[in-house]
Amino acid sequence: MKIAVCVKQVPDTWAEKKLSDSDKTLDRESVDGVMNELDEYAVEEALLIKEANDGEVVAVSMGPDKAEETVRKALQMGADSGIHIVDDSLAGSDSVATAKTLAATLKDQGYDLIIFGSESTDARMSVVPAMVAELLDLPQLTFASKVSVDGDAVTIQRQADYGYDEVQASTPAVISVVEKINEPRYPSFKGIMAAKKKPLESVAAPSGEPVGLASARTEILEFAERPPKAAGVKIEDDGTGGVKVADFLAEQKLI
Amino acid sequence: MSEVLVLVEHEDGKVKKVTLELLTLAQQLGEPAAVVIGSGVDTAPLAEYGAAKIYVAESADLTDYVVAPKVDALAQLVSEKSPAAVLLPSSAEGKEIAGRLALRTDSGVITDAVGIDAEGICTKVIFGGAIIVKGKIVEGTPIITVRPNSVAPEASPAAGEVEQVSVSVSDASKKAKITNRVIEEKGERPELVEAAIVVSGGRGVGGEEGFAVIEALADSLGAAVGASRAATDAGWYPHQHQVGQTGKTVSPNLYIANGISGAIQHRAGMQTSKTIVVVNKDPEAPIFELADFGVVGDLFQVVPQLTEEINSRKG
Ligand SMILES: Cc1cc2nc3c(=O)[nH]c(=O)nc-3n(C[C@H](O)[C@H](O)[C@H](O)COP(=O)(O)OP(=O)(O)OC[C@H]3O[C@@H](n4cnc5c(N)ncnc54)[C@H](O)[C@@H]3O)c2cc1C
Ligand SMILES: Nc1ncnc2c1ncn2[C@@H]1O[C@H](COP(=O)(O)O)[C@@H](O)[C@H]1O
Repeated sequence: MKIAVCVKQVPDTWAEKKLSDSDKTLDRESVDGVMNELDEYAVEEALLIKEANDGEVVAVSMGPDKAEETVRKALQMGADSGIHIVDDSLAGSDSVATAKTLAATLKDQGYDLIIFGSESTDARMSVVPAMVAELLDLPQLTFASKVSVDGDAVTIQRQADYGYDEVQASTPAVISVVEKINEPRYPSFKGIMAAKKKPLESVAAPSGEPVGLASARTEILEFAERPPKAAGVKIEDDGTGGVKVADFLAEQKLI
Repeated sequence: MSEVLVLVEHEDGKVKKVTLELLTLAQQLGEPAAVVIGSGVDTAPLAEYGAAKIYVAESADLTDYVVAPKVDALAQLVSEKSPAAVLLPSSAEGKEIAGRLALRTDSGVITDAVGIDAEGICTKVIFGGAIIVKGKIVEGTPIITVRPNSVAPEASPAAGEVEQVSVSVSDASKKAKITNRVIEEKGERPELVEAAIVVSGGRGVGGEEGFAVIEALADSLGAAVGASRAATDAGWYPHQHQVGQTGKTVSPNLYIANGISGAIQHRAGMQTSKTIVVVNKDPEAPIFELADFGVVGDLFQVVPQLTEEINSRKG
């Protein structure tokens, strides 16, 4: 079983994120990068499936030079090899361009499963996995809280507000996973040492598709910091705190 | 005037509130046309909130497979009707449909808009509420997903002329088959992302039993219940109720945070709530920075008193 897992480097959640003044894209150079947390669950699921079925796991990331760290982290966790798509032309890509680049890189490489996190914590779009399924004409098994693989049959529980749907398809297929699916492993010392010798290939943007900021189909016109909230009222509970909240809610016509 | 397609979100035959919000926003961009995928949906509210046309696509193929058939249906309508825009709810599925539709129709997509003006310029709040951006789609048919509670729905009766549409679902779209739907017990409370009021509990609630206090307050207000990740990770409350960066984003009229410290990842999911009330025993808790009204105190004192007060004022 050949499995690709797509991992994205995102700014550390604690870092203050800024848009650059010149091109209004996320300034990725000035902040610490980490693997998108949900992608750790994707790597874990890929490794679990590999361990149960044999095969190999290839970690794939598109991003600036620094994003190599995130591919490396996947290798430390246990992925067998990595592909880092890095190209100046990709800077400022929107979700359409990102999905097209990933799809072109993944196409015709014999992957049985392509596994994603369900959302990146910076873009928060949750669209790239569905878009890659569309572009590669593969079954979309997204928002999985459980994945079962049996030969070429794949079944997932697709998480929904009402509970979940059981969804069935055959490989090759695209999967995205939600947080409750597993508990990602930490890289072990042995894993960290082994990762140094694993193949990590840098590739350029696949040709043929316009990508990057110039191709973006959305344009950011302006941005501003959200004005800080006016200071509210803060009281110590003197035994009537609940009543005072009720008074406030009544005043605001909320009750 | 061009049509603006609005994908209708519905459950148990009832149109969800977010759909009415989308119809209200659609009026600024053109003539709202509702798209109902699925059968047995009560379309009366759609006409009442401004849908001049109601396209209904009912074949079972459309709902038996994940997402792709709905993209087929909308792509067909986009090519037949050349709408000025397509609006969808910012639900997990709404966003996936939007993304695939953008590829199918060679268009741009904006997700999670909280406002749209007459020129189609969308407002988004990003990075956990820190930054407001305005942007627009510069190619193809604008495809926009809008967060629930972004506008107040306004009744605006229109013709609501129903037209059945038959969609041919391609074999390519029948690859991920839904074999079973498991509805977990939902109870009477409103859905988290749609609710006008959300009452949340965090680690301060102390355990599963503690959530009874939170639920009682929620019920007195007709509110949904939310939780911090500390509470969902501990198994005190179901994961679907998690608010924050890796949970749901909510934007209700009133958010009441109880025993929640206000970590940046939690704030990312509730920062845009219109009014915020905080109950926390630590006066230094960062959540107080967001509070319109904060009480420094023990939630087991304050919350039951508040619940009782609300119930007695109602009665
Ligand atoms: C990548 C990442 C993603 C994350 N995503 C999310 C997310 O989506 N949502 C989320 O919520 N968190 C998320 N977190 C976790 C987040 O960082 C915090 O750990 C979490 O929000 C803390 O939850 P809490 O406020 O309930 O707990 P704590 O921080 O422990 O706060 C508990 C509060 O309760 C108060 N308290 C205790 N007892 C009482 C009492 N009797 N009465 C009144 N007050 C009391 C305390 O004073 C304290 O302020 C994420 C973290 C990471 C790293
Ligand atoms: N630049 C990227 N490189 C690799 N994977 C990505 C990239 N962007 C998004 N993804 C994958 O797509 C998922 C959803 O991202 P998004 O649609 O941006 O919320 C992530 O969890 C990743 O698995």
